[in-house]
Order: sequence, then structure tokens, then C-alpha cells
Amino acid sequence: MKKWKKFTSACLVAALSATLLAGCGGEKKEQAAANSNSYVIGASFELTGNVANYGKSTLSGLKLAVDQVNKAGGVNGKQLVVVESDNKSEPAESGNSVTKLITQDKVVAVVGPATSGCVFAATPVVTSNKVPLIAPCATAPAITVDNGQVKEFIFRACFIDPFQGRVMAEFADKTLGVKNVAILHDASSDYSKGLAEVFEKTLNEKGGKVVAKEAFLAKDIDFKAALTKIKAANPEAIYIPGYYEEVAKIVKQTRELGLNVPLIGCDGWDSPKLVEIAGPEALNNTYFSSAFSVQDKTESVQKFIADYKAMYQKDPDIFCMQGYNAGLVLADALKRAGDGADGTKLAAAIAATKDLPVASGKLTYDKDHNPIIAAIIIEMKDGVQSFKEKIAL
Amino acid sequence: MDMGSLLHQFLQQLINGISLGSIYALIALGYTMIYGILKLINFAHGDIYMLGAYFGFVATTMLGFSFVPAIIFAMVGAAIAGIIIERIAYRPMRNAPRIAILITAIGVSFLLEYGMMLIATPQPRTFPAVFAADVYHFGPLVVNSQQIVILVSAIILMAILTYIVQYTKIGKAMRAVSFDTDAARLMGINIDRVISATFALGSALAAAGGVLVGIYYNSIDPLMGMVPGIKAFVAAVLGGIGIIPGAMVGGIILGVVEAMVSGFISSTFRDAAAFGILIIILLYKPAGIFGKNVREKV
Repeated sequence: MKKWKKFTSACLVAALSATLLAGCGGEKKEQAAANSNSYVIGASFELTGNVANYGKSTLSGLKLAVDQVNKAGGVNGKQLVVVESDNKSEPAESGNSVTKLITQDKVVAVVGPATSGCVFAATPVVTSNKVPLIAPCATAPAITVDNGQVKEFIFRACFIDPFQGRVMAEFADKTLGVKNVAILHDASSDYSKGLAEVFEKTLNEKGGKVVAKEAFLAKDIDFKAALTKIKAANPEAIYIPGYYEEVAKIVKQTRELGLNVPLIGCDGWDSPKLVEIAGPEALNNTYFSSAFSVQDKTESVQKFIADYKAMYQKDPDIFCMQGYNAGLVLADALKRAGDGADGTKLAAAIAATKDLPVASGKLTYDKDHNPIIAAIIIEMKDGVQSFKEKIAL
Repeated sequence: MDMGSLLHQFLQQLINGISLGSIYALIALGYTMIYGILKLINFAHGDIYMLGAYFGFVATTMLGFSFVPAIIFAMVGAAIAGIIIERIAYRPMRNAPRIAILITAIGVSFLLEYGMMLIATPQPRTFPAVFAADVYHFGPLVVNSQQIVILVSAIILMAILTYIVQYTKIGKAMRAVSFDTDAARLMGINIDRVISATFALGSALAAAGGVLVGIYYNSIDPLMGMVPGIKAFVAAVLGGIGIIPGAMVGGIILGVVEAMVSGFISSTFRDAAAFGILIIILLYKPAGIFGKNVREKV
């Protein structure tokens, strides 16, 4: 009992001092906000709660971008200041967090949150206050478009899921040089269905043909029946948009049936479990699309990785890169909108972003506020991911 | 498509279906035995299969067992788990209404699923390859050594089960209890012991299925028993619930039907076909393929 008491009081003290410290930090930032020689950027992220690692990673990338912009002289002669706000990984809390950023901290724009659910909750707040919001890594298509209507103040800095389907069709056509492709998709996932649909459409446009289209359900373990049917259609490659758990088993069983054609997929493949379950040998001659790889040898990516490592002493992940890109997009738009521009003008400037050099290549916004940005193809070689090529559309 | 390739495809699907079906059969046997004795649909049975797979995983990874000792370890472990579950969850409900026991079974099922999630995390585990997967080609047909091991193991286990049920004292007692519980009790048969033995046998078979699936598909997770459990239930009803040869045949038929539907119609209809069979059987021949329609005495 005594031990417990001690422990509890220690916790209490720790919590109290943390609150005090946080309070001090907040004041300092508000002072900075009051300074007219700076642009205040609101960063509303998942800093605690169950997806805290997404939020923290993205924020670290954003801070790196802001740091670099400031060192290069800032924007329009002003420095950028980031005010952080924790949305606790909850949609309800993210509405509050963004409201606080806009009304108290008077931010010019909001970057974040990381997850789609939290972005949806923040949308009405920024829209009614006419403050642009850039969601660095929210992939739900409805984030920026509602019933065919583009949301004026909402942008994202990552590609949406169906985009990967286009990239892979491009890769199948150009690099692999295959025309007859089979699709095996997960009928229980919107992600997988969306990818399959876009892949098929793009492949048809390129003069290719889907020779067989089969489906499975998440948690299935036996795919041999569908694969036997696919094998009979003699495909030159098989597109498998899905998550690693099923994909690993599919890859293994495809090879067991003596089907050694290239297998191609999407970023749902990206997991160490893929190699563990499928085995390194079966994974040879397989490729998947992704947005980021530390092995990407492109100069801009390597520079970003080196800069990130210098600041944080660790390798960046995909979220870091997307947060970084979002920061660069915002700095560029602030510059083009000119000093004293209001939220509406700033939103228009973001929408007009064209060929902006970011970590992963050049970024241009399409009419739906989705960035057109290069994707990369990763090849599995003896169980190790290796960078194959970069595909820009 | 010419006739030759159609035939090859048919035969390949038959091979796929039989190897899948033999797993269903192993699980269905446990369902059917427990139903035969207790008139209880043990919905936790699919999770015993999952438990067996995890026992096999522990045996191969942590204890370094090879295939045969690992499968025996898993079967013994699951048999003990089956006895404990029966003792704790079902025996106190022996005289309760049947719906209450059914709900208890669902509760036990959730307990096992989420209990395992707590212990082993929801992450799938990679089952080590305990023997090499050689691939044999017969013309255009492909058979994997693991498929052969699954089928052979299933046949051996079913043969042992048939021997136990038909020719041993405890087997005779099981049949007697299944035929008429009260009369069996009057003849001096220890009903509780017979029921425990039934749970042990049924659980051991499910565990064997779990280990075989783990080896064949390379991965196991705490919810792996849900769908196969329901499919095995369909297989048991298809063959005639409570009838042992019925469960074997039902399992194989279900596996083959699923493979054929995926192969020749569409893979999206596979599960629809499996549960369609359940509906048709219940409508037209509720006693199952091997069942005799028995008029209930009033």
C-alpha cells in the first residue's frame, strides 16, 4: 500500500509539473504570435492517443520544413512560427483544437490533423473562419470533395488511394511491358476495390486488358481456387491491391501453383510480415507502389532524409515526408499570396501551386485539391525492399 | 477454352477443394460428436481449433518440436482445454434450457478469441515451416507436399477416431449416451466422464486441424477460428449433425463446392454457395445426407 501511495504521489507531481511546463510553453508561443514580424501556422495533430505516432511523425516533418524556410530568410521577410495543438486522436477534440488555434492564436493556416476522421471534424471550423487547412496524410477522397463540390479551404499533401492504381497500371504497361493482367482484389475493402477499378480503367486506356478479375475477403486463408482460375486465363502479371496479411498468403500460393509471373500491388503490402509469411523466394518478381522509401536515390529525397537525420538523429518515415511537403506548400503559397493576404486569397494561392519542388519530387494541385506527385515502385529482392523506379504522372 | 484445359482446371480445383475440405472435416467431427452427445452446438469449437494452432506454434517455435511431436502436443493441450471448458462452462448448465447453453457457448467463444488476443496480441504469427514444401507436377496439375500431409493426417486421425468410437469401451459408452442418455445412465455409465472424453477427442481433432492449417498457410491469428468454425458447422449439418461419417463427407463436399464455385462461377459467390447449401439442407433434408428422418416421440 505504502509503495502505491508513493508511486501515485510521484505521478501527481510529475503530472502537475508537466502541466505547468506546458502552460509556460503556451505563453511563449502566444507572445510569438503577437509579434507582427511572423506568420503563425497552426499545427493540430494527434500528439497523444492511439494514433499519436502518426501525428508526431507528421509534425516533426512540418517543423523541419519551417526551420529550413526560416533559415533561408523566411517568407516575405517574416519568420514562420508553429503553434502546436493536441487533438488527442479524437475527432471531437480536433474541432476544439482548431477553434483554439484560429480564435486565440490567430493562425493564418492550419496544417493537420493526420487522420481523415479528425480532418473531417476540423473542416466546418476552418471553413466558417475562412482559414485554409492542409491535411498532410489524410487519404479519404471525401476530405477535399463533397458531392462533387470542391471544399475551398481544404487541401491535402498526399496522394489519394486510387492514384496508386493509376501508377501501377502505368508501371505494368511501361516497365513490365505486359498487356494481359489479372486482378485479385479484396471485395470487403473500399481501398482495394477503388484501386482495382482505377487500375483496370487505366490499363484499358493503355491498350491492355484485364483477363480475369477475382475477389477474396479479408481474413481468407485459401486462395487456390481463385488462383487456379486466374492461371487458366494465362495472365502476364497479377495485380493484387490488398493488405499484407492476405497478400502474403496469395503470393505464397501463387508460386505454389507454379505461376511465376510478376505480382504487383500497393502500399498495403508494406510490412515485415509480408516476407515472414510469404517467404523471400516467393516474393521475387513482385512490386508494389508507395509514396516514400528511404532507399529512393532521388536527390531531393536523399537531401530530405539527410536533413531530417541531422535534426532528429533518426530515419524519417512516410508521415515525416508528408508533413514536410505540407510545410513547403504552405510557405510557397504564403509567398505567392503576398503579405497581408486573407484566408481566401491564401487558399487560392495553395490551389494554384504548380511544379513546387518538395521532398518527393514536384507537386502540383489538381482541381480537386489533391496533389499530383510522383509515386515510387518498390521491388522485393530476396526478401529485401529495393527501390525500383519513380513514376510521375 | 478447350475441353482439355477445362478438365485440368476441374482436376486442379478438385485437389484444392479436397485439401481445404479435409480441414473442414476435422473441425466438423468435433462439432458433430459434441452435438451427438449433448445436443449442443458448441460455437466455441472453432476457437479450440485456433487454440490448437497456438499450442502448435508454441511447440515448434519455443520448444523446438518437429511436426509429429508438435501436433501431438497441440492435440493434448487442446484436449485438456476442451475438458476444462466443459467442466467450467457447460457442466453447471447441464439441466438448463438449451438456449442458455448455446449462449454460454458463444460467450466461451468470445472469451477464447479475445483472451488469446490479450495474451498473444492481435498480430498474426508466422508459423515456422516444419517440413519443406515440395511441389509435385503431374502434367499441368500441381500438388504440394503439404496438401498431401494434410489429407493423409486427416485420414489417419479419422481412422483412429472411427476405431475409438466403434471398438473401444469408451466409444461404446459414447454411442450409448448419444442414443439414450437416461438409459445409459441406468446401465451404470458415468455420463460426465463420457462427455469429458467426447470434448477431449473433439478438441484434439480441431487442434490437429489448427496445426495443419498453420503449417499450410504459414500464419495464425486469434480470430482464425471464426469463419472455419462456421463453415465446419455447415459441413456437420450437411453430413447430418451427430453422425461421424457425415461430418467427414460433409467437410470434403463443402471444400470441393467452394473450390468449384470460385473456379467456375466467381470467387465472390464462394461463401454464398457454402451458406446456400446450409439453407437448402435445412429446408429439404434437415437430417443431412447421412441422417435418417426420425419422428419425434410425443
